[in-house]
Amino acid sequence: MATLSRRDVEHVAHLARLGLSDEELARLEGQLNHILDQYAVLAELPTDDIPPTAQTIEVENILREDVVTPSFGVEEALAGAPERSGDYFVVPAIMAEEAG
Amino acid sequence: MSGIGEPTDPTRLTARGMARALRAGDLSARELAEAHLDLIERQDGQLHAWLSTDREGALASANGADALIGDARRGANAGDADALAALPPLLGIPVALKDLVLQRGRSATAGSRILEGFISPYDAHITERLREAGAVVLGRTNMDEFAMGSSTEHSAWGPTGNPWDLSRVPGGSSGGSAAAVAAFHTPLAIGTDTGGSIRQPAALTGTVGIKPTYGRVSRYGIVAFASSLDQIGPFGRDTRDAALLLGAIAGRDERDSTSAPIPVPDYAAELPESDDEAAGLLRGARLGLPRQYFVKGMEPGVEARVREAVAALETAGAEVVEVDLPHTDYGLATYYIIAPAEASANLARYDGIRYGRADRGRDVLGDYLATRGAGFGAEVKRRIMLGTYALSAGYYDAYYLKAQKVRTLIKSDFDKAFESVDALVAPTSPTVAFPLGARLDDPVAMYLSDACTLPVNVAGLPGISVPCGFSEDLPVGLQFIGKPWDEGRLFQLGRAYEAITAGADWRAREPSGLSDLPS
Repeated sequence: MATLSRRDVEHVAHLARLGLSDEELARLEGQLNHILDQYAVLAELPTDDIPPTAQTIEVENILREDVVTPSFGVEEALAGAPERSGDYFVVPAIMAEEAG
Repeated sequence: MSGIGEPTDPTRLTARGMARALRAGDLSARELAEAHLDLIERQDGQLHAWLSTDREGALASANGADALIGDARRGANAGDADALAALPPLLGIPVALKDLVLQRGRSATAGSRILEGFISPYDAHITERLREAGAVVLGRTNMDEFAMGSSTEHSAWGPTGNPWDLSRVPGGSSGGSAAAVAAFHTPLAIGTDTGGSIRQPAALTGTVGIKPTYGRVSRYGIVAFASSLDQIGPFGRDTRDAALLLGAIAGRDERDSTSAPIPVPDYAAELPESDDEAAGLLRGARLGLPRQYFVKGMEPGVEARVREAVAALETAGAEVVEVDLPHTDYGLATYYIIAPAEASANLARYDGIRYGRADRGRDVLGDYLATRGAGFGAEVKRRIMLGTYALSAGYYDAYYLKAQKVRTLIKSDFDKAFESVDALVAPTSPTVAFPLGARLDDPVAMYLSDACTLPVNVAGLPGISVPCGFSEDLPVGLQFIGKPWDEGRLFQLGRAYEAITAGADWRAREPSGLSDLPS
C-alpha cells in the first residue's frame, strides 16, 4: 500500500481546503500513515467478483407528486450568513479587478 | 440516595412512571421539568453532559402539557373513558437532544467551533415528532465534534465525565446524552450512531441505547457525518423507555429519501409488563454468538460478564449457538475508509460563506483554508484528510471501491448467520469506560473501541445495548443485533434479559461519581 510523503499530505490538505500549520502537517503525516497501515489488511481479500455495496436497505425509488410547496424564504436562508449584501451572500471577488 | 420509584424525587422514575404520575395528577409536568433542570444546575458543573439547557422553552412545553392533562382529567371525571388514553405518549416527559439535532431558533454546534453561533432556521423531522408527542426538550447534550469519536473528548467544548467515575469517559460520540440519562438528568435522550455512537456510550454508562435499522428514522435536520451509516436512536434507563422514544420518532418522512415506508410497530406496547411474561419470550429464541466478537484486547471482566449473560439467556430457555462472521476483522478498515470518505464530502459544505464560522484570507481559497483550518478540530481534520485521500484520483479503486466490496462481504456474513438464528448476542464494547485522555493521542486505539459495533452500521442492521453487570465497578454492555426492521425483537430480548436479571444485586447500583451540590 501507498505511503504518504509530506508533499502528499500537503496536496490532500489542499484538495480538502484545510489550512494546516506545519506542526499539524507533521503530526498528520505520521498518523495518516499509521492508519493507512491498518487499511492494508483489505488488500489480502480477493474481491474481483464482489459487487460494491453503497446502500444497505432495499428501498426502490420512491416518487412523489410534482407539486409546488412552500420552501425556505430569502430571510431564513440568509439569517446565518457571516456577511450579506441585500439578498445575496458576500464572497470575495474571484477575478482581479482591472484598472480603469 | 433515594431509591427508584420514591415519590419525593420524580427524577428517579422511569419515563413510563412519570407518564402515569402525570395522568394520575400526582405530579405536574412543570414540577417534573423543574426537578430535572434543578438537578442539572446542581451537578452539570462536574459532569458537563449539557451544552445548553432551555428552561424557558421547557417550562412553556410543560405548561402546555399540564393544560392538556388537566382537560383530559376533567373529561375522564365527566365520564369520557378515553380522554386520558388519547393523550400523546410522551406528554410532559423530559427529553435531551444531542447537539446535532436542529431545533428552529436554537443553537446547534455538533460539538464544533465551525458551527459556533449558528442558529437553526428549521426543525429536524424528529424535533417535530417529539413536539407532536408532547415531549419537553430540556436542552442539548455534548458530543464528539461532528459525532467523530468514541469518548466525547473530541468536543470543542470540553469533555463529559462518566457519572460512575468522573475521571473516565462516558463513551461517544453521544456521550452527553448517555451521561445525562445515567445521572438522572433526563429519563430519555436522543443520540446518533454511525459506528457505535449510541451503543458504546450506553454500555459505558449503564444505560439502554438502540441504533435502529438504517432508514428507520428520518435524518432530515440532523447534522450529517456519514450518510450511508448515520442513524438516530434513543437512550433510556430501561428497554421499555427506549422503546417508547423510538416509537415516537420512527417512520417515513418525505424529506429523507432513505427513510423507509415500512410500518412502525408500537414497540413499547408490545413489551410485557410482568417479568414472568417477559422472561417467557426467551423460550425457543434462537441466538447466535459471533466467535469473532471476542476481539483481541477485550478485557477479561467484560468477556466474563457477557458470557455470564449468555449463560443466563440459555438457562431461561434461549438456544444459543456459536456463529461465524468471518469478515469481522476487516470491519474496522472498511468503516474507516467509508465513513471518512462520506464525511469529507458532507463537511465540504462548511465554507464560511453561507452559515457558521467565517475567517478571512486573501481570496476565496484563502477564506476556505482559514475558516476550515480554524473551525475544525484535530479528529475532524484527520478524517477529512483520510476521506479526501481515499476518494482522490488514483486511490479510489484501492480504498473506497475496495471498502464497498468488503462491505458486501460483511453484510453477507450477517445474512448467512440470520438464516439459522433470530438475532445475535455479543459484547457492545471490548472495554469498560477508560480514563479521560487515555486514548486521545492514539487514534487507532480509539477506533478499536467500536470494533464490535461498527460492522452493524456497515451492514445497516439494528443493534441494542443493555446493561449486563459491572467490571472494576464500571458498567458492561450486552449487545443484541437483529435483522433489518427487527427492532421490536431487540427490545423484547432486552426486556427479557432485564426480567431474568431483575433480582441481581448489580441492578440496584447507582452512579456514585456525582455529588449533589446545594443550589
